Amino acid sequence: MWALPKQLRSRGIIGMNRRNIRYIGRYNDRRLYPLVDDKLKTKLLAERHGITTPALIGTVTTQFGVKHIREMLDGHGGFVIKPAKGSGGKGILVIERVEEGRYIKPSGTALSLDDLERHASNILSGLYSLGGSPDVAVIEALINFDPYLSAYTYEGVPDIRVIVFRGYPVMAMMRLSTAASDGKANLHQGAVGVGLDIASGRALRGVQFDRTREDHPDTGHELASLAIPDWRTLLVLAAGCYEMTGLGYLGTDMVLDRDRGPMLLELNARPGLAIQMANGEGLRARLDLIERQPDGASVEARVAFAQQHFARRGELQPAGEPAPLAGVAASA
Amino acid sequence: MSRKPFYLIVGLLMALGIGLSVHRHVQFEVPWTPGEQRQVWEVEAVVDFTALGDPVKVDLALPTHQRGYRILTENTASPGYGLSFLQDERGRRAQWSTRDAAGSQQLYYSVRLLVTDNDRQQDVPLPPLRDSTWESPYDTAAAQVIERAWARSADPYTFARELIRDFTEERQGENARLLLTQFERTPLLVRLLNQAGVRAREVSGLLLEDGRRRQSLTSWIQVFQDEQTWDLFHPVSGEQGRPDNLLLWETGGRAVLEVLGGTNSRVSFSMITHNQPASAAVRNELADDTLLNFSIHSLPLEEQAIFQTILLIPIGALVVVLLRVLVGVKTSGTFMPVLIALAFIQTTLPTGLIGFLLVVSVGLVIRNYLSYLNLLLVARVSAVIITVIAIISIFSVLSYRVGLNAGLTITFFPMIILAWTIERMSILWEEEGPKEVLIQGSGSLLTAVLAYLAMNNPWIRHITFNFLGVQLILMALILLLGNYTGYRLLELRRFKPVTED
Repeated sequence: MWALPKQLRSRGIIGMNRRNIRYIGRYNDRRLYPLVDDKLKTKLLAERHGITTPALIGTVTTQFGVKHIREMLDGHGGFVIKPAKGSGGKGILVIERVEEGRYIKPSGTALSLDDLERHASNILSGLYSLGGSPDVAVIEALINFDPYLSAYTYEGVPDIRVIVFRGYPVMAMMRLSTAASDGKANLHQGAVGVGLDIASGRALRGVQFDRTREDHPDTGHELASLAIPDWRTLLVLAAGCYEMTGLGYLGTDMVLDRDRGPMLLELNARPGLAIQMANGEGLRARLDLIERQPDGASVEARVAFAQQHFARRGELQPAGEPAPLAGVAASA
Repeated sequence: MSRKPFYLIVGLLMALGIGLSVHRHVQFEVPWTPGEQRQVWEVEAVVDFTALGDPVKVDLALPTHQRGYRILTENTASPGYGLSFLQDERGRRAQWSTRDAAGSQQLYYSVRLLVTDNDRQQDVPLPPLRDSTWESPYDTAAAQVIERAWARSADPYTFARELIRDFTEERQGENARLLLTQFERTPLLVRLLNQAGVRAREVSGLLLEDGRRRQSLTSWIQVFQDEQTWDLFHPVSGEQGRPDNLLLWETGGRAVLEVLGGTNSRVSFSMITHNQPASAAVRNELADDTLLNFSIHSLPLEEQAIFQTILLIPIGALVVVLLRVLVGVKTSGTFMPVLIALAFIQTTLPTGLIGFLLVVSVGLVIRNYLSYLNLLLVARVSAVIITVIAIISIFSVLSYRVGLNAGLTITFFPMIILAWTIERMSILWEEEGPKEVLIQGSGSLLTAVLAYLAMNNPWIRHITFNFLGVQLILMALILLLGNYTGYRLLELRRFKPVTED
């Protein structure tokens, strides 16, 4: 039931207090927080730095503008409405497709235009933002996620969280939404976290609700065969967010688009610690190693360094035959 | 990045806080625990005299802080008289004055004294050595008495003892008898002591005995060994030492009572004693306006009551910090539990808990309906505030009708905080489900109850209210906790699976 502090320390597990003081407090300049706390700002900044992000359909900034949502959405299939300053996935509404003026969520629930307008209005009045301050609703095109991954997820878009420390990608996991998480990729809501090998992008280990899992709870697909295509590009993209924001301890949320490859979804200046559970390994040793590295390495060099030093073998047993590597060309 | 300045600040705060608290304990005898009983004397002096119809001036010596006794409060009753307190190095005096008064007059002075175990001898100015000339035949008598006592003594104390003994009944020699026919005993003894080069003066004291009325002051001889040390001698028995129940009233060598414009003046004393909790005794203490005595007790009583609560808030904050940083309890709103705990202090715990659960659960149901109305946030929260007020009013009236007066205390809940709690919980319910609401709700309640237990503890209330230095210590503790990088208690459970493989 309870672990001893000694056991956790020997595995290099980082607690909330240490993360806050030792890493976030020391490496993340509070001045830079607005860059990541406001998703709209992040998006525009990413575009300037040549980092791909989902296409922006439009923004709603006034209650008056809420009435024009329909015109804005005309001609778009799936889309996502989210608060620019939301946190923890709050207030993100995913519409998969539009049918006869009805907006269908991934779960199949149909919403009316009124529901959409109410949601946007709630976002503007600050319902989902930190401290209840007035906010802006951002509408993005839905990601056409890589069909290779669809067997691993239930509704929703699986995303990949990479912790970037001083520009080095130190740990990664994939978050697979489940029925329990209502299509959202948040671990505390019941999404499955799959630790990924930094060297290859292959699955190391899976957890749901902090307990180990070998397969996806809804699709029943085993997790061992999971390997992220285009892994190196994704790492380079994630590592580049250090130069883009200046934040030393950063959580980057990436998605894989069928056509455009890895894309940056959002950034987090206070990334959670569940990634340690998904990887079955503490962050401490890796962060200590990175702290000893000198400043000024290029993005490419940093990714290479991480891939060399953080390589690991998976703990999951492939079911029967070797993992299908067909779609995993670019992992090495 | 050096943490030295941080630890320096924490150390300074800690040292300052402890220092201030100890200073207050030692200097003002504020006890560490509230239960301690302290003996308090109430002494009343009545000045009687017959006024002659002229301007009247009455001068009465007053006691000061002294070994064994500390003045808490003093009062006077003297309608029609102007009053001022005078203080110089020889003591304190009260001066009443009036333009015209006739007939029997009575002036009252009462003082409350705390019995302390402070046995520091107070500093009194050295009396001057007065040279006196004696008329014949007293000069020879005096010289012989002194010579006799001198021969049998070694120092001022033994000399005084021998001298007084020579004037006691059974050993009275002829010389002593002769001198006593002409002079009063006590001034005579002082005069003889002075003549022999021993510094001494006459002082007046009151022997405290519970329930005594119409007492008068007794004379004592204060004999100085050197500049710092002195002792009292009884002028009749020659006994050395100060009785524990002797309150020195006048030590400056002046008259106890002087009345101008009146006759037949006398002062008489009555006294009672009782025990009372030390904290209450301290609360009534006179405030000396020095920086070190910077104390809430110098404020009017009403403001003191407010501060009693305000000074408890850091304790609540400390509980929140402990639970969040060391345990990892989730609460809805960081310091909401402290405010709820403050309300619990007014309502008592069971009533408070029932009231809180009632208001929040009914509020959640109504808030659930409000969310269908699609309102703007501020308007919706305002509507929830009004709802909360309505719920509280209804519960108050209902419980009053049923005869539960305890229900009325529900009005002490911070309504706006409750409204925000309901709003947050409701959103939490929609987004994360009832489980998270239960976790955060019970986390908040647990924190509130623990904060309440800490803040309602009599000892903690006593300490925070009477020792402002404790606030600095709390500050230092909270700063230290803010520097804690170890695991939270609940993380030991959360990360347990990692250690299992």
